[in-house]
Amino acid sequence: MKYIDEFRDNKIAKNLAHAVSKKAEGLRPLSIMEVCGTHTMSICNFGIKDMLPANINLISGPGCPVCVTPKSYIDKAMAFSKKPEVILTTFGDMARVPGSDSSLMEEKAKGRHVRIVYSALDAIELAQKNPGKKVIFLGIGFETTSPTVAASLVYARKKKLKNFFVFSGHKVILPAMEALVKDGDVKIDGFLCPAHVSTIIGIKPYTLIAGKYKIPCVIAGFEPVDILQGIWMVLEQIRSKRPKVENQYTRVAKDSGNKKALALINEVFSVKDSEWRGIGTIRESGLFLNRKYSGFDAERVFSIKPVKTRPDTGCICGSILKGLKAPFDCPSFAKTCTPEKPKGACMVSSEGTCAAYYKHRI
Amino acid sequence: MTKITLSHGSGGRLMHDLIKKLFVKELGNPLLNKLGDAAIFKTGSRLAFTTDSFVVSPIFFPGGDIGKLSICGTVNDLCVSGARPRYLSCAVIVEEGFGYSDLEKIVLSVKMTCKKAGVDIITGDFKVVEKGAADKVFITTSGVGDIYQGASLSIERIRPGDKVIISGTIGEHGAAVLLAREELKFKAKISSDCAPLNGLTSAILNKGIKFMRDPTRGGLATTLNEIAIDSGYNIGIEESKIPIKESVRVLCEALGMDPLYMANEGKVVVIVAPEAEGKVLSIMKKHPLGRKSVIIGEVKKERNKRVYLKTRIGGKRIVDMLSGEQLPRIC
Repeated sequence: MKYIDEFRDNKIAKNLAHAVSKKAEGLRPLSIMEVCGTHTMSICNFGIKDMLPANINLISGPGCPVCVTPKSYIDKAMAFSKKPEVILTTFGDMARVPGSDSSLMEEKAKGRHVRIVYSALDAIELAQKNPGKKVIFLGIGFETTSPTVAASLVYARKKKLKNFFVFSGHKVILPAMEALVKDGDVKIDGFLCPAHVSTIIGIKPYTLIAGKYKIPCVIAGFEPVDILQGIWMVLEQIRSKRPKVENQYTRVAKDSGNKKALALINEVFSVKDSEWRGIGTIRESGLFLNRKYSGFDAERVFSIKPVKTRPDTGCICGSILKGLKAPFDCPSFAKTCTPEKPKGACMVSSEGTCAAYYKHRI
Repeated sequence: MTKITLSHGSGGRLMHDLIKKLFVKELGNPLLNKLGDAAIFKTGSRLAFTTDSFVVSPIFFPGGDIGKLSICGTVNDLCVSGARPRYLSCAVIVEEGFGYSDLEKIVLSVKMTCKKAGVDIITGDFKVVEKGAADKVFITTSGVGDIYQGASLSIERIRPGDKVIISGTIGEHGAAVLLAREELKFKAKISSDCAPLNGLTSAILNKGIKFMRDPTRGGLATTLNEIAIDSGYNIGIEESKIPIKESVRVLCEALGMDPLYMANEGKVVVIVAPEAEGKVLSIMKKHPLGRKSVIIGEVKKERNKRVYLKTRIGGKRIVDMLSGEQLPRIC
């Protein structure tokens, strides 16, 4: 696979791992947070922790969209799914996340109209094929997913679709990074910034973290060579005591981001406060359908009884999402909480920290 | 007749006609032709006996169909047990309204695969259920085989230092079926590896092999985990040695799936004593189904019953059993 195999090259990776070890020599123990779930997966999948020196600790951040979606959202989705005229469409991972009473997968088994789709456009197709039904799409994810959902809404508006709706749980990543830093519970010495999100938002938003909070930020690709080089760049910044935003992933992420995608987000969504699982409400961290698109907003169109969400018990997803604790610190991990019977969202999504740790037991 | 109706499964004349004109005509042999309540036969040796149900969707996919699969699945389970597959049963459940020509295609495919595998279907059953009570067609096959003289395959014989061989590229059946579902709108030329393994497995019996298993559902990763758990020893494999077709790699990469967990229907994992590895490997490579056979790892002396993978970049990780179904990633 061209452009992938090169970034998994054994020799280059080994040299980089050696360079990282040299760069880390004599430094105090450091915690570098990989913000994105895909980074966590890649780190586990390629056994990268195994190649790092003892004083470099990688901690997983809040960048798994399924994991940070609060339970109250699932409960609301569940309420939508109980309306007989509704077909609820969702990404596969989302269907398995437990709400207060059950999961969408369990509701599906009971005969509710829940369909797994691969994109919002699939949901639109379903709406067009079922004019007598109302299709709700569960929109979750960061800036990588939100432009595609925005595009589908622009299309739906153009086609004057009357039976397609979005329940938006979309989030933006930067406020969460800032909240973690401000919170101060977890000491973060450097950020590996998400690859795909950065292709949309560019490098500018991170200057807040590097400038105001003096924490090195390196946008890194998802391949092992990218990650190792990204870590090296963070260490170099720490050594030179010059925190800044750097872009390792220049082959895809441009400094200015993707203007077209950003314009789509602005066309459809407005930014408001949003609840994150385990972290709480973060100011201006969620994307909700704006007035122009309110006719497609499931929350406005469908009335549901107020949902009572029961708090998580015996699950430390919140602390894991903040990087405060590792999955092994959770008494439920790999015992009562497994991918087959997940207690929390971090074990459900393949990008979830617990699922990645469980699969590869790093 | 274009569609199968409930009357075809009612036990009356229509059913008898269908069985005679399709099943007996195509699959007939002296034991089946008697159409008795049971087939009566003698083999005279120790027997292996297995059963499997097939509910694959879609029923036709590049490289095979549910008919071929239902024979290969059962034949291969006998093969890896050290048996020579002999007789099969075949029970077919059809959904009302199923096309006759599709049923005919499936029966012809069963016929061809039986011929290739050297087995006879000697008893069977045919039922039709109401629309919606089954999805198109389900097939259950059971099979008996004669255990080859001297074949003593057992997971308990596995010892540290034994080598792990895979008979070729992995993941093609899973990938082909996934693509054939057309939900992903992803186009690639990938055919299922679905094939009866008799020739390959019988050639290496009594040549120093200790255990065999076909890595079907759950893929290579799951089979190796089963071996690690049941033998009590860790297994170490090397990512760079595992043969995967480029098309399968690309598909998995694009969909966020792991080829280690993708199903195979014409591959075998062989555990062989170190002193016999060269000989076994060279025999396997001479067989058309084993040309890409390769040693991918070995049994370790540690006993935490886990499978470890040395990644291509030199890292190390655990390869776990498959949890649930593999779902495409969402971002």
